[in-house]
Amino acid sequence: MNKTTNMYITNRSVSIASLVMILIGLFSVCIAFITDPHAAWTNLLFNNYFFLGISLFAVFFVALQYVAEAGWSTILKRVPEAIMTFLPYTSIVMLFIVVTAVLHFGGNHIYHWLEPGIMTEGSANYDKIIAGKEPYLNATFFLIRSFIYVIIWVYCARRLRQISLEGDLEGDIGEKSYWKGLRVSGWFIVLFAVTSSTAAWDWIMSIDTHWFSTLFGWYIFSEWAVIGFASILLMTLLLNKQGYLRHLNDSHIHDLGKWLFAFSIVWTYMWFSQFMLIWYANIPEEVIYHMERIELDNYRFLSWFSLAINFIIPALFLMSRDAKRNKNRLIFVCIVVLIGHWINSYLLFAPGTLHDHGHLGILEIGLGIGFLGLFIKVVLTSLSKRDIELKHHPFLEESKHLHT
Amino acid sequence: MKMKIIHAIFDDEQDVLSVVKDLRDREIEVNEVYSPFPIHGLDPVLGLKETRMAITAFIYGCIGLTFGALLIYYIMISGVGKSWPMNIGGKPNFTFYHNLPSFVPIMFECTVLFAGHLMSITYLFRNKLYPGATTTSPDPRTTDDKFLVELTYTDNKDDIIALLKKSNVTEINEKDEI
Repeated sequence: MNKTTNMYITNRSVSIASLVMILIGLFSVCIAFITDPHAAWTNLLFNNYFFLGISLFAVFFVALQYVAEAGWSTILKRVPEAIMTFLPYTSIVMLFIVVTAVLHFGGNHIYHWLEPGIMTEGSANYDKIIAGKEPYLNATFFLIRSFIYVIIWVYCARRLRQISLEGDLEGDIGEKSYWKGLRVSGWFIVLFAVTSSTAAWDWIMSIDTHWFSTLFGWYIFSEWAVIGFASILLMTLLLNKQGYLRHLNDSHIHDLGKWLFAFSIVWTYMWFSQFMLIWYANIPEEVIYHMERIELDNYRFLSWFSLAINFIIPALFLMSRDAKRNKNRLIFVCIVVLIGHWINSYLLFAPGTLHDHGHLGILEIGLGIGFLGLFIKVVLTSLSKRDIELKHHPFLEESKHLHT
Repeated sequence: MKMKIIHAIFDDEQDVLSVVKDLRDREIEVNEVYSPFPIHGLDPVLGLKETRMAITAFIYGCIGLTFGALLIYYIMISGVGKSWPMNIGGKPNFTFYHNLPSFVPIMFECTVLFAGHLMSITYLFRNKLYPGATTTSPDPRTTDDKFLVELTYTDNKDDIIALLKKSNVTEINEKDEI
């Protein structure tokens, strides 16, 4: 099917569905906070983290294309650009969680090291190891860092989208806006290299305060990459099925499929590298991290299950060249991988905050659906505002005739 | 009937692409194309089958994985008829799966080693590049800046020559038999 228009037209049934999903999410979060606020904060944090990762990685993807001066992705560039408009929403929720954690508002006790007295000698819950981390892990610095990350990311995301939209009005090959975008991307990548790691330490690793892993930043980055590529690819394919992105050919989806395949393996590699050293050294304060995930009954199945589907499904289903050019198979793998990493996101937080009484239940799924609904609503709205394919870009012709 | 050969020499790879396409459209056999570098899009025009290298990579990887697993099982796990049991850091050495995490790197490396080396060897053998192999190119200029199209014909020589002359051919050499 060929559409003559280059604009995305919002579908009425999709809008209604996304609104219903948002209502399910709001309903779940209300129930969660009434029944068990402690579990509810973890629920909110991990769902928000998952969608923060997707929208943040979309910014990284766009910046990467600029910095590498890559031409292949130009025709589908509006898809990550639409996804990154979701970043402000997840950032606000993240800051809300951080601020309430510092104030202990509404029963938010996610970050154990923020408990009063934990760093004062002589206090009942004094913890020597945590007290030793005070120069880095203290409330003021934690707040400053969180705000810095969010400001950098949201600023760069807005700027990159703005520059890309300027390119549509520029005419010719859009060279001026391209160079502007390249400069912003360069700064973003440098800052992202630092902030992605430190954000992972602050927001995730500090939950298991005694435990630390030098690989953790990369582990989280690889997870963001997998879910980011899966979302970009899934959205591109679904839009293409509806007749948009007319210039999308087998080579584009092959390239995106390669990224998804490669980063699924990178993620497994990181997971295993972290696991094997801890398992082999067998030091009590290190193994506790995996003991909580593998030995506790409420997480054991989820741990192995998410590891298995996040590795085996993409590795086997996307191994051959033909598979990466098969749209239906790619859609299937994207959905499986997104579900697998959603479960894994839960396992990053819950064992540290809820210990043996956390379980992935209906409220977590409900809030996940709510976030997904909001994601669909926001992303499709920003997609419908401008042309779905770029008009002027130095690599536009190259991208239209991509052939690998 | 005696087979004869024509060598047509070109300066540009785009000419080669179009001439090969024309010749094959007229069902004239193109034996081989010699070129200093790979020409993008020549394979489908020549009607070559897609490479099966990826399948061999998978098979070799599986062989490597199996070999790595058996090797480490023989070396590290105690039992009758096997190597001396290793006691490293007090890790259990009676069962394979209890020690699996520490064996994964070895199995992984063996997979990569086998896939990489056996693929290279397969590639060289498929291209008949044995030790001591000599060049098959009929004209040394094809290693520099010329492109050579080799044709075999039986009786329609004039047609072929006429067709070639319409293109940007720089030289046409006729050779007897194969």
